Amino acid sequence: MYFDTNEDHIMMRKMVRDFAETEVAPGAEERDEKEEFPMDLWKQCGELGLTGITFPEEYGGVGADYTSYAITIEELSRVDASLGVTISAHSSLGSNPIYKFGTEEQKQKYLVPLATGEKMGALGLTESMAGSDASATRTTAVKDGNEYVINGSKIFITNGYYADTYIVTAQMDKSKGHKGIAAFIVEKGTPGFTFGKKEKKMGIRSSATYELVFEDMRIPAENLLGEEGQGFKIALVTLDYGRIGIAAQALGIAQGAYDQALKYAKERVQFGKPISQLQAIQFKLADMETQITAARLMVYKACELATAGKPVSQAAAMAKVFAAEVANWVTKEAVQILGGYGYTREYPVERMMRDAKITEIYEGTSEIQRVVIANNILKD
Amino acid sequence: MNIVVVIKQTFDTEAKIVLKDGQIDPSGVSLVINPYDEFAIEEALRIQKKFGGEVTVVSCGGPRSQEAIRTALAMGCDKGVQIDETALESVDEYVRAEVLAKAISEMPYDIILGGRIAVDDRSSQVAVRLAEALNIPSVSSVVKLDIENNIATATREIDGGTEIIEVPLPAMITAQKGLNEPRYPTMPGIMKARKKELKVINPADLGVSDLSAKMKVQNYSLPTPRQGGKKIEGEPAEAARELARLLREEAKVL
Repeated sequence: MYFDTNEDHIMMRKMVRDFAETEVAPGAEERDEKEEFPMDLWKQCGELGLTGITFPEEYGGVGADYTSYAITIEELSRVDASLGVTISAHSSLGSNPIYKFGTEEQKQKYLVPLATGEKMGALGLTESMAGSDASATRTTAVKDGNEYVINGSKIFITNGYYADTYIVTAQMDKSKGHKGIAAFIVEKGTPGFTFGKKEKKMGIRSSATYELVFEDMRIPAENLLGEEGQGFKIALVTLDYGRIGIAAQALGIAQGAYDQALKYAKERVQFGKPISQLQAIQFKLADMETQITAARLMVYKACELATAGKPVSQAAAMAKVFAAEVANWVTKEAVQILGGYGYTREYPVERMMRDAKITEIYEGTSEIQRVVIANNILKD
Repeated sequence: MNIVVVIKQTFDTEAKIVLKDGQIDPSGVSLVINPYDEFAIEEALRIQKKFGGEVTVVSCGGPRSQEAIRTALAMGCDKGVQIDETALESVDEYVRAEVLAKAISEMPYDIILGGRIAVDDRSSQVAVRLAEALNIPSVSSVVKLDIENNIATATREIDGGTEIIEVPLPAMITAQKGLNEPRYPTMPGIMKARKKELKVINPADLGVSDLSAKMKVQNYSLPTPRQGGKKIEGEPAEAARELARLLREEAKVL
């Protein structure tokens, strides 16, 4: 393994970068300001085949590898982390559980339109009292004849409101703890399914984050994903793969901030020369490039394992925690290099610094990543 | 309708030109499809959508030109042909037009499309020479193209306006900016491109009688760096006098 990219990857990167710089970057500042979800860009992503990269062609996907997926998220996030997470949450969280655990009928009915980008996906896992401790899920599901009746609410749901298809976890037997949880496929528009509060966030402000509310919502029994009691496992496996997307998002944010800082350092003249000729700035740039390169190797390694069908849990957690911390450090340094200009909204680095923070929090905080890594190290 | 698109791989328009041992150094430079050729590819794909048939993309170049052909295949072209220039001693517009004409004359074509100019050497010759060599009409700098009953109606840019020209097919059309908005290659397109046919032709096998370049490059030089402006200090009347003097004596425009 070389954790490297091949000729297809190079062409994909060029395509996504062209698209990102031409279509995505120009409106990123305004969308951030207005907290505006880019439905038009989402549609374009679907047309370009960015909404189902890792799924086989028979399920509407592209049939490409995880590295192609990571490159896509990376390049989108390089100019707009909000669009990056929209695609990542749709693919990894909303679609992948159906691919991994769905029946053939469920895949044909739900995965195909998700992969082609005709429909958008989301995952309803987090609750107000069940964050890192997903086993504390309070949303309930009760079987009633040929239906399940679901009650409860989910918070912080990426792509909420805009998504058409939701994977929702609910507790069926509290006495069994996390083994009582089941996962369901829920369609937007189901009676009893409404949207609550829209979150006002520090960063990734043009991605949608909503509360989902279920009041005696009835869904057909065939929408159970996997088996009853399998929901917690489905969530964990989903997050293992999802972290690759967030690691790639963090990597893209870091690369975007570094590219901005490098360009600025070459142009900004102080003391009669570009500040890139000052060793204080040079050392920052050297450290940024080094950290980003290390993060990229870790992300691509996790991708190669995922593509090969090998266990990804530890590699994805390591890539995610490392890339997230790199993104936070690099964006902070980028703002520093741009100085007063970097702190203004005239330049994108302050947005990137705000966007970077969430990568240390969602799909498992950095602390939870370390728990996952330690559990893998010590499992024997 | 069988459509042939001739493309050239050029330096990225943002690339920095570096001379090494008197030659342009391509190492480390990112290469792209000549932007005007992208309009030609897009138009070819639109014509194909309307009339069916196959789109073949042909390029003269070294091994790296295959990247450009693959990109065209990822955009939706069906087949690629690379005329490998590696073995040729020197190449100019004459040689390129001759080998292209020979290669294309052996394939079925109803229309040939290309860019109006390549952004590297900006010679604007190959497409027109190719049409001459194939003895077909050509229309350059086209911003609008309609095809009906085997007649192409092309709107082309001319000084101060536009001109509409009708030509019977087969014809050579060169694309000007404004003809269309080229599509991005798609993810599935990129995956499929690898499986599409890309034929490599050795120009020596084409049977062109004279493969020697008619043009010889003496040397390359970079443009002189732009000089900074001159600021004339002092009292307005004094400064105006100095300006007039400089315009007359140095700039020699008065």
